[in-house]
Amino acid sequence: MFEVLTNRNIAKNVYEMTLSGDVSKITRAGQFVNIKIDGLFLRRPISVCDYGENYLKIIYKVVGKGTEKMSFMQKGTKLDILTGLGNGYDLSAAGDKPLLIGGGVGVPPLYNLAKKLIAAGKKVSVILGFNTAEEIFYEEEFRALGADVYVTTADGSYGIKGFVTAVKAEHSYVYACGPEPMLKAVYNAFDGAGEYSFEERMGCGFGACMGCTCKTKYGNKRICKDGPVLKKEEIIW
Amino acid sequence: MVDTSVTLSGLRLDNPVIPASGTFGFGYEFNDFYDIDILGSIALKGTTKEARFGNPTPRIAECTEGLLNSVGLQNPSVEKVVKEELPKLKKVFHKKAIANVSGFSVDEYVYTAAMLDKEDVVGLIELNVSCPNVHAGGMSFGVEPAKVEEVTRAVKSAVKKPLYVKLTPNVSDITATAKAAERGGADGLALINTLLGMRLDLKKRKPILANVKGGFSGRAVFPVALRMVYEVYEAVSLPIIGMGGVSSAEDVLEMMFAGASAVEVGAENLVNPYACKDIIEDLPRVMQKYGVEKLSEIIGEAHQ
Repeated sequence: MFEVLTNRNIAKNVYEMTLSGDVSKITRAGQFVNIKIDGLFLRRPISVCDYGENYLKIIYKVVGKGTEKMSFMQKGTKLDILTGLGNGYDLSAAGDKPLLIGGGVGVPPLYNLAKKLIAAGKKVSVILGFNTAEEIFYEEEFRALGADVYVTTADGSYGIKGFVTAVKAEHSYVYACGPEPMLKAVYNAFDGAGEYSFEERMGCGFGACMGCTCKTKYGNKRICKDGPVLKKEEIIW
Repeated sequence: MVDTSVTLSGLRLDNPVIPASGTFGFGYEFNDFYDIDILGSIALKGTTKEARFGNPTPRIAECTEGLLNSVGLQNPSVEKVVKEELPKLKKVFHKKAIANVSGFSVDEYVYTAAMLDKEDVVGLIELNVSCPNVHAGGMSFGVEPAKVEEVTRAVKSAVKKPLYVKLTPNVSDITATAKAAERGGADGLALINTLLGMRLDLKKRKPILANVKGGFSGRAVFPVALRMVYEVYEAVSLPIIGMGGVSSAEDVLEMMFAGASAVEVGAENLVNPYACKDIIEDLPRVMQKYGVEKLSEIIGEAHQ
């Protein structure tokens, strides 16, 4: 069981929740957790933003009934959460200058990734893409880690006007997470190898129901168990 | 001490709790959650002659107390199941499993069933003539009594192990297909498969599932499943594996009083990977509460 420590609004419809509980099954940045919410049948899969000893942080956007219920949860709320789900990012492929690209609530898993890469002595650049200024979060948090941070907004209300592809940054490897149109644009705009984290409607979140399978050049993969992170070279659009 | 053991056509199970096909993969991955040897058996992922990707995604939609799926029998082909999946299962599961067989022609059903029949780890064959998510196969066999009888008879003559026919609830009279399976030589029946349903995305004003319709399962279907098990128990003299919305030890008892000899647990595994373990551990308490000493003696008691 997990217990909510804090739950705060950090941008338009976006919340940051910290929890205490056993995170020993979480082994890599880019993994996710699956949260049971009273009154709803399926769990809600949410990416891990950061974790530490007996500590879990997630960032979620209110998009439906489940996340709306989460946004009202108070300190002390007990939650049944499955952890350590999904493959996560492979840090060993990063090279010297990894580039991390996140769009909207695709940004959170890049936080723990950036933290680990910087701890490993890498020069990390991060592009954070949002629609508009009021949706921006974690710009300062990434800077505090020591990353070079670029922020884009589609409407130009803050930072660089345009999508994440408006930024040109030298890189050894690309780690991306965001909506599929963004991933596809990144795939075409940034050369070299990389890893892309995908979303799909899931049933179980741990590989049993085959609900979220996609085709890749390396065969059928369950986004929840064999993903959500796919290598660039295996992606079929 | 209560006795939870039951028997399916000579196959003895320590307890009647079996994860349902399509909600437990080929079993071994659940061994990360708990020791799967505690299960009565495992109904393996539906297997066909050729490999299948299944239907396009999205193929999951949430409902009140249940979900729709339109997976469409994704599996790596019977050859790969035998060569790759069953060996992995055998490493962690030391009981008999239930092979779930589907197909698009009588010949395919026979081919796949005969191949799985030869495997040691397979103790029983479940013939899926009721998948709602594939066209020109699956359920199209299961809605016509004459076809149910034909495919049952053909497969029965090709296998040595007990053959259970899994029936669809998407018919006007499930006892008609149950009787057809009995005429075809089935050793038992498994019911119910999922109920055909759909959901719309209000923002898009379109179906959520790419395949438009899907199979509804989960706690919400339990009363429908129980009614059908009750009806079929009266119509045929075959043992029944009851399933549909089972989520507790109380549900297991209810299904067995209605006529089931064993019970499969499906959708509940997807929201609680420990569901079968929890039910098995709670079963003795619930049996004691309702004065049941020997589970195998209560089958069909509601009819007396």
